[in-house]
Amino acid sequence: MSVETREARQPWILLSPALSAVALLLFVPLAFIAVYSFWLRTATGADQVGFYLDNWAEALIDPFYRDILLNTLKIAAITTLVCAVMGYPAAYFIARSKGNKAILLLLLMLPFWISYIIRTMSWINILGVSGAVNWVLTGTGIVDEPIQMLYNQTTVILGLVHFLLPFMVLNVFVSLDGIDTTLEDAANSLGATRWQAFLQVTLPLSLPGLAAGGLLCFVLGAGTYITPLVLGGPRDAMFANLVFEAIITQLNWPLGSALSLMLLAVLGALVLLYNRYLGMAQLMKGLG
Amino acid sequence: MGWQLVRLWTLLVYAFMFLPVAVVVLLSFNASQFGSFPMTGFSFRWFVELAQNDAILRAFRTSIILGLLTAAISTTLGVLASLALVRYRVPGANVISTLLIAPILVPEVVLAVALLLFLNFLNVNKSFALLLAGHVIFTLPFVILVVQARLVSIRRDIEEAALSLGASPRQTFFEVTLPLMLPAVLAGALFAFTISFDDITGTLFWKPGGVETVPTQIFAMLRNSISPEINALGTVMILLTVGLPLLGLALARALATRRGG
Repeated sequence: MSVETREARQPWILLSPALSAVALLLFVPLAFIAVYSFWLRTATGADQVGFYLDNWAEALIDPFYRDILLNTLKIAAITTLVCAVMGYPAAYFIARSKGNKAILLLLLMLPFWISYIIRTMSWINILGVSGAVNWVLTGTGIVDEPIQMLYNQTTVILGLVHFLLPFMVLNVFVSLDGIDTTLEDAANSLGATRWQAFLQVTLPLSLPGLAAGGLLCFVLGAGTYITPLVLGGPRDAMFANLVFEAIITQLNWPLGSALSLMLLAVLGALVLLYNRYLGMAQLMKGLG
Repeated sequence: MGWQLVRLWTLLVYAFMFLPVAVVVLLSFNASQFGSFPMTGFSFRWFVELAQNDAILRAFRTSIILGLLTAAISTTLGVLASLALVRYRVPGANVISTLLIAPILVPEVVLAVALLLFLNFLNVNKSFALLLAGHVIFTLPFVILVVQARLVSIRRDIEEAALSLGASPRQTFFEVTLPLMLPAVLAGALFAFTISFDDITGTLFWKPGGVETVPTQIFAMLRNSISPEINALGTVMILLTVGLPLLGLALARALATRRGG
């Protein structure tokens, strides 16, 4: 074997463990559930192998699934919007602040390290019947009885915003930080007000970061089932809850496969659209 | 004026992110019977009860073993792949990169379902092995992203110098490349451990009955009522998952300055 062929084979030897792991534990399983979604789970609990459209018919036509899918997308959209409105100015402040940038950034990264389930349940301490807000309200005599503020769609969105906001701030920050500040100065010296300079120079240049943050918030938000279980009421199930129900509770795995693929198709379409117009590089910048 | 407004807004955003967590820590020291306000006094009793709760200790052991194994496997796979992508001109490197980070582009629920049903089809039941496989596959992309970002900054000519001075490729790797890569490797491992330790979405699908990790244990406890023990457990989790990376960061910095100076 020549030196050249050995040299050419080396990277593939290094890559093969990771690539086979991804193939065996992700791509083949995805292909498998695509096939599985056409099987039938019989009343006895056995799978009937074949090509049945029943699961897909149920998943696509039953208004129950459609309504929850639309509701899930609505919740994800509101969450993303709130994250953008809350996160953009904060990211702008960090990017343009002098001195304490490093500490602000470190603080921003901290929530990534704090357990998701802890951050979600922490709202029970704040908004629960015996939480901080009710303690203040009853203590000051504003209300006589504690109010139940939890377990509705608003608290689900609140929990999601709390979980996803750092993703938004970080992505917007990365893109704002890369903009040459002299551009704004130039706009100012050419007669633009600070606000005009921001709207016409900085904001458009930071849109890729905003889009990356938005995509992450939307996809992660739409795929969650823990937040609605902890902070939502019985009627606040999101689409991933239906998947969990079908797989874990009802043990209807072929139906669960069809529902999973539906979720993947909807969110995957968004990722592909993003990739088509903005490319994955921006997203990787924010993640790495 | 506008700048002051932005500053105030940022302050509020930070408060929003940290206040609820601070309340968890505060309430974990509450002497009261109940996991809620008012604070009746300062006490460590919930931490003592935590240390005597077998279910929680078991969950901790499971989470730590799972996290360590995940980190070991995921970092090994990730470092090898990153080396290939950074050090060699691989045809189709972009496609390969996308394939390798695909596990975080697919919603975790979908990944969880696919892996569970496929391995079940192969007669691998819900088990620790399934849990480990799942954790490895979704931490791998993060390891690759982190390690790749740091590998780029290691200069190739240092290795070439070693080679030209007569070191064998093996010697060069173990005595030059690996020590230089160590911060990247540790960062990747730490990242994998923390993500694994924190995961609940996939874990609830994969874990066998009776086995709990710390997050699923908290989740199970939440179903009853919010007890002060949960707040104490939360505080321990925060100390672990925030303290470890900060320690790692400090360590990396210390290593870097020692080498530099």
